[in-house]
Amino acid sequence: MTVASSPPSRLPVRDIEGTQPKPRTREKRERDGGGRGDGALAALFIAPAMLGFLVFLLWPTLRGIYLSFTRFNLLTPAEWVGLDNYVRMVKDPIFWDSLTVTVEYVFINIGIQTVSALAIAVLLQRLTQSAILRGVVLTPYLMSNVVAGIVWLWMLDTQLGIGNEIIAGLGFDRIPFLADETWAIPTIAVINVWRHVGYTALLLFAGLQAIPNDMYEAAKVDGAGEWRMFWRITMPLLRPVLAVVLIMTVIGSFQVFDTVAVTTAGGPANATNVLQYYIYGAAFGRFQFGYASAMSVALLVVLSAITFVQYRLTRAGQTDLG
Amino acid sequence: MTAVTATTTTKVRRTQRPRITPGKVVAWTVMAAMVLITLLPFYWILRTALSTNTALAAHPGDPLPVDLTTGGFERALGLQSTEEAIAQGGSGGGLKFWRYLINSTVVSTLITVFQILFSAMAAYAFARLRWRGRDTVFGLFLAGLMVPTIFTLLPNFVLIKQLGLVDSLLGISLPTMFMTPFAVFFMRQFFMNVPREVEEAALLDGAGKIRIFFRVMLPMASAPILTLGVLTYITSWNDYFWPLMVSYSDSSRVLTVALAIFRAQTPQSGYDWSGLMAATLIAALPMLVLFGFFARRIVSTISFTGIK
Repeated sequence: MTVASSPPSRLPVRDIEGTQPKPRTREKRERDGGGRGDGALAALFIAPAMLGFLVFLLWPTLRGIYLSFTRFNLLTPAEWVGLDNYVRMVKDPIFWDSLTVTVEYVFINIGIQTVSALAIAVLLQRLTQSAILRGVVLTPYLMSNVVAGIVWLWMLDTQLGIGNEIIAGLGFDRIPFLADETWAIPTIAVINVWRHVGYTALLLFAGLQAIPNDMYEAAKVDGAGEWRMFWRITMPLLRPVLAVVLIMTVIGSFQVFDTVAVTTAGGPANATNVLQYYIYGAAFGRFQFGYASAMSVALLVVLSAITFVQYRLTRAGQTDLG
Repeated sequence: MTAVTATTTTKVRRTQRPRITPGKVVAWTVMAAMVLITLLPFYWILRTALSTNTALAAHPGDPLPVDLTTGGFERALGLQSTEEAIAQGGSGGGLKFWRYLINSTVVSTLITVFQILFSAMAAYAFARLRWRGRDTVFGLFLAGLMVPTIFTLLPNFVLIKQLGLVDSLLGISLPTMFMTPFAVFFMRQFFMNVPREVEEAALLDGAGKIRIFFRVMLPMASAPILTLGVLTYITSWNDYFWPLMVSYSDSSRVLTVALAIFRAQTPQSGYDWSGLMAATLIAALPMLVLFGFFARRIVSTISFTGIK
């Protein structure tokens, strides 16, 4: 992702659409975005993306923050209520339950997913370079969360699911995976690991490719085993990539919704009422768009804080390589 | 088998003799287990879809389809009469997956084609055109990466409602049809690395910049566009939360939303697992086929550049 370094600057040679074309030269100012060479043309090229950015990204972000200070039910205009929604949120036990459930989900999901993805990535690097296997691990990612949720709902069904058939066949008690308060969150977390672990593994695999093979060869000459090489070479050198992937997956994990919606619908007894599901219910079930927006802002703040802390802790921007 | 595969790998341990060590056996076992867990659900979807609901209840652990039938698929596609469907354990709710298949295709195609065209145009302006404020605007776009998609959904719903586009395919497509910060960023990386000589040669031939973009740069970018395009297509195909907010009726219902409704239409006697798995397969198969065509390229792009 490096940009070719520019030769020393020369006079900018301008050319605008329609004028006589001239040979172009590279100059430093161009890289820095200086100059006014292609203003009109650039405006044309950037207009559609800019429109989309302003209307569907920047404006809704600002509007979401604004709505969090209002009472709004979609039918009548939003009414400014100051901090009411936030006060209500702090006093809302269901909100805190919901946040707790979400955090629990994220820990289980990210914990299992990161360890498995790392194992798969290392196996794909050290054991076999098979491109077919890399394709195979990606296949669950092609499914929607909805499909993944429904399939596992079926496979983990207490009476008819193949999972419980095997468990019963081995002589254990059947487990009501998605119908039980303690099992539901771990089960949903693992279902989502199934869908995302291959993709995560490939991202880590990309990071592993940057580690020179010579280092492994040299370590081997010194008599190091695979286990030792993993801790002494792979882990330290993969750290920056791992950090970025962690930040990304944690942010994604906090937004869990689809799987919950199709498997447990927040139940049993609010045991899987994750934040996004609670927000959706507030907005579309009870038409409290203001309150829902306030909770979304809270989620945004939590995510930004986590990103910041993780970034600092893991020194994600730095690399130990070369 | 294990030792042979190890020797055929190109880069790793070329110098070492293949040996079957306990560690390797464990490693291959783990790998095999991972592959099994990855692929088993796909087989189980097929096996269930081809069975009847009554037989499924009687033989839950049978590895092969029980009482082979295509009833599940007929039900999912709305080809069965209501009585027939109910007799076979369906809800008789009359979902028509043909319709949703078309809706999903329209939405994903709209989003993919326009998002990538517009993102590539913007990326070209960021990478190769000179204009005042370029880096500031690009920084702003990049900051957009930090906003979780989910945060913009509620306000975007309010906007789409005000535009009168609720329950329309355009309403579902619009928010992601113009750009995503990621697509712009990804394409810009590519354009930055195209040698300038290519453009210079075209300029010498008298081509304008618009012409250069469409005739030279876009064709050159076909590989990254393909990867990005397939991933965008898969993402929009699989999206559930946003279409769930926007669509209310058959006219704009996409596959993910229809599947969730199908799952919620629980008949008294229990789920119509056969029909549900058939519908699931209908929803998933197009992406498996699409991936099948481009797998090699996509896998190598992700696993060597670390897309996203």
